[in-house]
Amino acid sequence: MARFNLMVNGEARVVDVDPDTPILYVLRDTLALKGPKFGCGLAQCGACTVHVDGAAVRSCVLPIEAVGNKAVTTLEGLGTSAKPSKLQQAFIDEQAAQCGYCVNGMIMTSAALLAKNRSPSEAEIRDALADNLCRCGTHKRIVAAVKRAALA
Amino acid sequence: MTIHERTSFDRRTFLKASGVLAVGFSMGLPGAADAMTLSGPKSVAKEAVDSWLTISPDNRVTIYVGKVDLGTGARTALMQMAAEELDVSFGRIEMVMGDTATTPDQWLTAANLTIFQGGGELRRASATARRALVERAAQRLGVPADALIVDDGVVRVKAAPERTVRYGELIGDGLKLEVDSKIALKKAPDYKLIGKSIPRVDIPAKVTGEFTYIHDVRVPGMLHARVIRPDDYGARIASVDDSAARQVGGFVQTVRKGDFLAVVARNEWAAIKAANAMRVTWTAGTGLPDQSTVFDDWRKRPIAKEEVTQNVGDAKAALDGSARRIKATYDFAVQTHATIGPSCAVADFKDGKLTVWTSSQATHSMQHELTAVTGLPREAIRLVFIEGAGCYGRNGTEDAAADAALISTIIGQPVRVQWSRADETARSPKSPPRTMDLEAGLDQQGNVVAWSGEFYIALNHIAAFKPLDFPLLAAMETGTPRPGNWVGFLFQNSGQPYQFANVRVNTRHVAEAFFRSSHLRSPGRIENSFANEGFMDELAAAAKADPAEFRLRYLKDQRAIDVVQAAMKLANWQARPGPNPDAGSGPVVKGRGISYLRYNNAITYVAAVAEVEVNKTTGEVRVTRVCASHDCGEMVNPDGVANQVEGGVLQTVSRTLIERVTWDRQKVTSVDWASYPIMRHNQAPKVDIALIDRPGQVAWGAGEPMACAIPAAIANAVFDATGARLRSVPLTPDKVKAALAAAPSRG
Repeated sequence: MARFNLMVNGEARVVDVDPDTPILYVLRDTLALKGPKFGCGLAQCGACTVHVDGAAVRSCVLPIEAVGNKAVTTLEGLGTSAKPSKLQQAFIDEQAAQCGYCVNGMIMTSAALLAKNRSPSEAEIRDALADNLCRCGTHKRIVAAVKRAALA
Repeated sequence: MTIHERTSFDRRTFLKASGVLAVGFSMGLPGAADAMTLSGPKSVAKEAVDSWLTISPDNRVTIYVGKVDLGTGARTALMQMAAEELDVSFGRIEMVMGDTATTPDQWLTAANLTIFQGGGELRRASATARRALVERAAQRLGVPADALIVDDGVVRVKAAPERTVRYGELIGDGLKLEVDSKIALKKAPDYKLIGKSIPRVDIPAKVTGEFTYIHDVRVPGMLHARVIRPDDYGARIASVDDSAARQVGGFVQTVRKGDFLAVVARNEWAAIKAANAMRVTWTAGTGLPDQSTVFDDWRKRPIAKEEVTQNVGDAKAALDGSARRIKATYDFAVQTHATIGPSCAVADFKDGKLTVWTSSQATHSMQHELTAVTGLPREAIRLVFIEGAGCYGRNGTEDAAADAALISTIIGQPVRVQWSRADETARSPKSPPRTMDLEAGLDQQGNVVAWSGEFYIALNHIAAFKPLDFPLLAAMETGTPRPGNWVGFLFQNSGQPYQFANVRVNTRHVAEAFFRSSHLRSPGRIENSFANEGFMDELAAAAKADPAEFRLRYLKDQRAIDVVQAAMKLANWQARPGPNPDAGSGPVVKGRGISYLRYNNAITYVAAVAEVEVNKTTGEVRVTRVCASHDCGEMVNPDGVANQVEGGVLQTVSRTLIERVTWDRQKVTSVDWASYPIMRHNQAPKVDIALIDRPGQVAWGAGEPMACAIPAAIANAVFDATGARLRSVPLTPDKVKAALAAAPSRG
C-alpha cells in the first residue's frame, strides 16, 4: 500500500492503495464514484473513460502511480442531474440511453472531442466514438445528442 | 391509425409537446439498512390489490411490480399505466421492481411480456384500487360514487368541489380486496398519461453518474470475491494451490465447495490479483463439437420430441403436384448476450437469512433457484432487483447472483462478486445453434401452392411460467445439477405468416445442446423469421415478382398490410423483381431487401427494408440504412417504443453481420471484444422508423419484435445487390464470397 494525492473533480483527495491499482478501482471503490464503469479491464470498450488533464483515457488500465498530480475528471465532474452540463442535457433531450451503462464513456469521449472540435461532422463524431461500444443499439441517439450539444 | 414517421425528428420539440416535464428519479438501496425487515408486513400475493400499491398519508403512491427494467424504459411506462388507472399525476408515483419481499411474482421480465402481461396486471390492480378508494370516499362524504371525480389522488364532489378527501386519508391499513380481473380499464379518449412520451425517469441520473447500478451497490462490511473457473468446457478441479494468492495484500480467504472455487479479498483489485495468483490444475474437459460442422452435428443429435406448429391443407400432396419445387437450408450461429457491464451481484447472509442484490430479470424464479445452491429454504431468501447493464435475456447475471449467494452463505459476510469480461463473454449461457429446412412448391404462374418447414430447435427442459431451475454454474459445480436448459419459446414464428393453401411446419426439439443454453433477445422468432423471410424472398425471386408485392399478395390482415406499406413508403420502395439491375458495375454493389413478420404470429407487426452495399472483392457487407415499421397496438410511451425499435434494429444489424461465438474442441474462444466483436458507431446504419399507433387497441410491447425482421431484410438486400443468396447468420465476408462464387453470373 502507498499513499497518493489525487485531484479528482477539482477536489484534492488522499488515498492509500497498491501502486499498481488501476485508477478505475480507486475512483469506484475508494472514492465511491459511480460515473466510470467496469466493462472489460482491457481498454476495449470505453465504459471506464475518464479525463486526465482533459484527455479521455481508459481508467481500467491506468495505474494510479501513472496519474501523478494530473487532474482527473469523471462524469460526476461534468454536471449533476440538477445542473447537467450542456452535453449531459443533450443526452437527456435526445433520451440517448437504454441501459445507459456505456453512456459514461460516450459522454466523456465526446466531451473531449467537443473540447478540441466545437462543431464536428457526424462522421467525425462516429469516428471519435468508434472505440466506445454500445450493446443496446443506442448509436443513433448518442450521435444525435453529441450533434445537439455541438450546435447548442 | 396514426403513423409517426421519424426520419429527422426533433425530440426536444416532441417532449415539450407532450406537456410533461422530466421527473427526478432517486433511489435508496432497498433492503440495505435491515436486510429482511420491512417497515410493515406487506402482501405479495398477485391477486391481492394491496400487493401492488401503498399510499402514504401525504398521498405518495408506491407501486410494486414483479417485472423489472432491463434498460428498456419499462419503469417509466409501467408508472404511466399505474398513474393513469389510479388518476394520480405521474410525479406522485414511485416504483419498486422485482423485490421478492415486497412485489408480486409476475414471472420473468422476458418474452416481450412486460407491457402486455405485466402492465395489464398492474392496470387491473390499479383500477380496482381506484374504484375501492372512490367507494370509500363516497361513504366518507355521504354521496354516491358517481357524484365524485378524482384529480391527482384527491377525490372531490363534482357538485361541491370544496368537499374533498385524499387517497392517503382513505387507504387506512389497506384495501383488503382481490384484483377484479374483469374490471373496466380507462378508455383511450380519457387517457392523460398513456400515449405520451414522458421522458424516462432514469436517464438524468444515468448521464450524470448518480444512478446506482448493481455494480455500484455497497453494503457495510462488504468483501470482494472472484470465482475461478476453467477455460475448458466441463473441466473439474484436480488441485488447488493458493499459497501465492495468500501473499496478495488484502487477501481474506479461499472458498471451495466441490468444483466451486473463489477468492475473497478486502478490495476489488486485491480480489483480481489473488484470483490471478491462484494455481489450479484442471481435469480434461468434456469436449465440444467441431465448429466447422456444427449445423450438421446439430441436426444429427437425438430428438426429444417433434411438434407440428402449422398445418393447413395437404402440403405434401401439393408439393408433389407443384410445377416447381424449391428447397433451402438456413442456419443461425451461436451468439451471446455480450452485456457491456459484466455480471455482478452482492449477497449478505446473516442470521440464517440471505439477501441478494441482483439485476436479474427473474428475481422470483431465483428465489427458488438459489435453494439448490445454498441449501436454504425459499422463505429465507430475498432477492432485490437493482438495474444492471442490458442483459437481453439470461446472460451471466443469475450465475453471478448464485456465486455471491453461495460465498456469502459459506463465509457469513456480505460479499460482492464481479465477473470478468472473459467470464461474461465465454462462460455465460449461449443461444443454441439453429438449422432450418424449407421447401415450397410454385405453380406455373409463380403462385405459392405449398410450404413446408423442418426446424431444429433446442429443447426446453423446464416448463414455462414456472421457476426456471436453471443449471446455474454454482449449482453444477457444487454437485447439484439441474434438469437442463431454458431457452425460451423457440417454436414461435416457425409457422410463416402468409395465407397459403397448403402448409406443414414441424419443429424437432434437440434433446441436448452442447453449451449451457438460454434465451437471447427474440429467441426462436429471430432465427425462424430469418429462415422464413429469406425463403419467401427466394420464392419471390423464383416467381420474378417484386418481393414486397409478392408478400402483400398473401397477406389479408389489414394491419399486416399497413405495416409492410409503411416500411415501403419510408424506403421509397420501387417495385421490381430482384436482383437489382442497377446494383452498380464496380466492386461495390447496392441492393435493398424487405422482411415482414408478426411476433408469435399473434401480436406486434413489424416490417423492415434494409439497404446494403456489398464489396464483391472483400465480401464485406455494409448496411447503409434500415427503414423499420412497427405496430404494437396502443403505444404507452411512443418515444420509449421508438428507442426499443431503433435498438432492435441496430443490435440486430450487429448480430446479423458480425456475431458468432467461436470455440475449439475444448473451450469457448470468444473471451473479449476482440474475439466477440460487435458493431461500432462508424459501422451503424441510418435508421428511419414508422410507428403505427392504435390507441384503444391492446398494447403488445416493443422490446423484441423489431429485431426479428432484420436478418432476413439484410440477407435479402445482399441478394438484391449481388444475386447471391445468404442463408447463414452472420453474413461474414467468407460466406459472402462463397455465395458470390456459387451464384449465377450477373453478366
